[in-house]
Amino acid sequence: MSRDEFKIRYNMRVLTDHTITALAILATLIVIAPLLLIFGQVIYKGASSLNLAFFIRSPKPVGEMGGGMANAILGSGIMLGVASAIGVPIGIGGGIFLAEFGRGTKFANAIRFTADVLNGVPSIVMGLAIYSLIVIPQHHFSALSGGVALGIMMIPTVCRTTEEMLLMVPHAVREAALGLGVPNWRSVLSITVKTASPGIITGCMLAFARVAGETAPLIFTALGNQFWSASLDQPIAALPLQIYVYALSPYDDWHRLAWAGSLVLIVLIVLAVSLVRFVTSRGVLKGAS
Amino acid sequence: MVNDKVPEIHTAQAEPRVEPLATDGQPSAPEKAPENAPEISPVRRFLMGRGNSAFADSVFHWLMVLCALCIFGIVALIVWQLVVASQPSWHKFGFKFFYQAFVDPDTHQPMFWDPVNERFSALPFIYGTLVSSLLALLMAVPLAVGVAIFLTEMCPRVLRGPLAFMTELLAAIPSIIYGMWAVFVLVPVLREHVNPLLIHSLGWTGLFSDDNPTGLGFLAAGVILAVMILPIISSLTREVMTAVPHSQREAVLALGATRWEMIRMGVLRNARIGIVGGIMLGLGRALGETMAVTMVIGNTPEIHRSLLSNGSSMAAVIANEFAEAVSNMHLSALIEIGLALFIVTIIVNALAQLLVWAVTRGTPSQVH
Repeated sequence: MSRDEFKIRYNMRVLTDHTITALAILATLIVIAPLLLIFGQVIYKGASSLNLAFFIRSPKPVGEMGGGMANAILGSGIMLGVASAIGVPIGIGGGIFLAEFGRGTKFANAIRFTADVLNGVPSIVMGLAIYSLIVIPQHHFSALSGGVALGIMMIPTVCRTTEEMLLMVPHAVREAALGLGVPNWRSVLSITVKTASPGIITGCMLAFARVAGETAPLIFTALGNQFWSASLDQPIAALPLQIYVYALSPYDDWHRLAWAGSLVLIVLIVLAVSLVRFVTSRGVLKGAS
Repeated sequence: MVNDKVPEIHTAQAEPRVEPLATDGQPSAPEKAPENAPEISPVRRFLMGRGNSAFADSVFHWLMVLCALCIFGIVALIVWQLVVASQPSWHKFGFKFFYQAFVDPDTHQPMFWDPVNERFSALPFIYGTLVSSLLALLMAVPLAVGVAIFLTEMCPRVLRGPLAFMTELLAAIPSIIYGMWAVFVLVPVLREHVNPLLIHSLGWTGLFSDDNPTGLGFLAAGVILAVMILPIISSLTREVMTAVPHSQREAVLALGATRWEMIRMGVLRNARIGIVGGIMLGLGRALGETMAVTMVIGNTPEIHRSLLSNGSSMAAVIANEFAEAVSNMHLSALIEIGLALFIVTIIVNALAQLLVWAVTRGTPSQVH
């Protein structure tokens, strides 16, 4: 190979390298763009229509201005309460089993795999299953069925974060507890789980924030409601459902409310995600070692 | 503490913990006849006085096993409910449900979904789901891999944290908000600017025909799905790329490679199985995504070649019609679509998990 030929080839290689670098930077910019656009739009539209009435009034009939989403916020709160009561204990229990008892066994691997699969089940399918499980026998839509659907969706997230957080707890802590003659159950609950509790709590918050924005499983379990309702046995409004209905409606005033609702949801989710990042990146757990 | 279990004090579970402490005396003697053992050390006596936790421990253990079994149980329950509820439709249409077409008696056009006469076929929804998901993958995969390359190999350390955080946020936004943004921002932009351009320049392919002025349709659904699955693919790609050992990069660089050659030969080559896994996980999410797609796909049970036409997807038709469906056959057909969606997403997700798992556990990313 002559010297010139080598030089040309080398220049080509460097050129390719630079092109790829430019493309990668471009890709990153393209990916960040929708995030900024969505956030900008939601904050701009949402902040201008968010007011006190949004939080304390229930919806007005079509044509009347004003009104709020107080009933939807209450409904979301009730269903998320039911969901947490189901999802958090089962999820944490499953996580404790995976990290403390079943480590390395085939059974635990199967559970872990099932949890990941459950995580990938489309939320609309979850709604269908709960519909035929609870709504059909009850003969009507209810807040309870919506809560159960959301609770089941929380389980895999809570379970896997609990497991990951428990695995970060150093072995020496467990050995110290057992060496002092503490029973195993006590050692798990008040030593291991307690050490990992910041991480577990943020995991629960993340799961909570995720299901708070779920709409699909609620369409035919909670159904939605234009009026005040706090009964577990009745159809109930929910924030994401209300946003869905309002966003597709032809009324500007309802669009305004939908943007305000989106802002509330986004703030909730950004808080949860930042908290998770804060806890995991600062390594709160490492203080235990 | 547990004080009700004193009689069971010398069960096998309690033994290993107690034994090392009883250093003086014969360690095996108390196992045989604990009551008659002549000398019991004070430490041992103290421990015996504390009672035994074997019962509480096993209760706790089984409680946790029960929680874990719940996860199994839930998946089984979902499958069981869907199978039972979809029986009427399965018995009436059989496997033909997934590919048959009917002829409309009035217009002699093919039709697929006729709730009034209780004739159902899932074909247009399968088509819509596939087209919108594949469009999304086509747009998202190059971008996601580009972002992952930038974040793991090129990005200055200062930017890495914030950028990774931003992609994570993108994954956490609820789909209803993506849907709203798509309806109010994306669809008008497509309608006014992008679609005319596509029709003008690529109309001859037949993929972009000028018969739908709304801006809704497969393309809008594909774009919003691409935005939604980008963070999943890119974060998994990032994960498998960081799992590639540093020695691989160093070896390629030491041979005089440029950075791109290092990434191509040292990193992407070793991480490719995991990247495919990440892509499949993104596909799984795209297949099951409901709200955003329902809001922009147009919701008509038709099959069109043009990407700008209205259509529907499996998840969208369930979300759209289920609450209003009155006849049992209609409900059952929708549930059967849901069951099919469930099975497909489970297969895709399971495969994806296996692929990602294979790479991050380290075995296949050895030297070839």
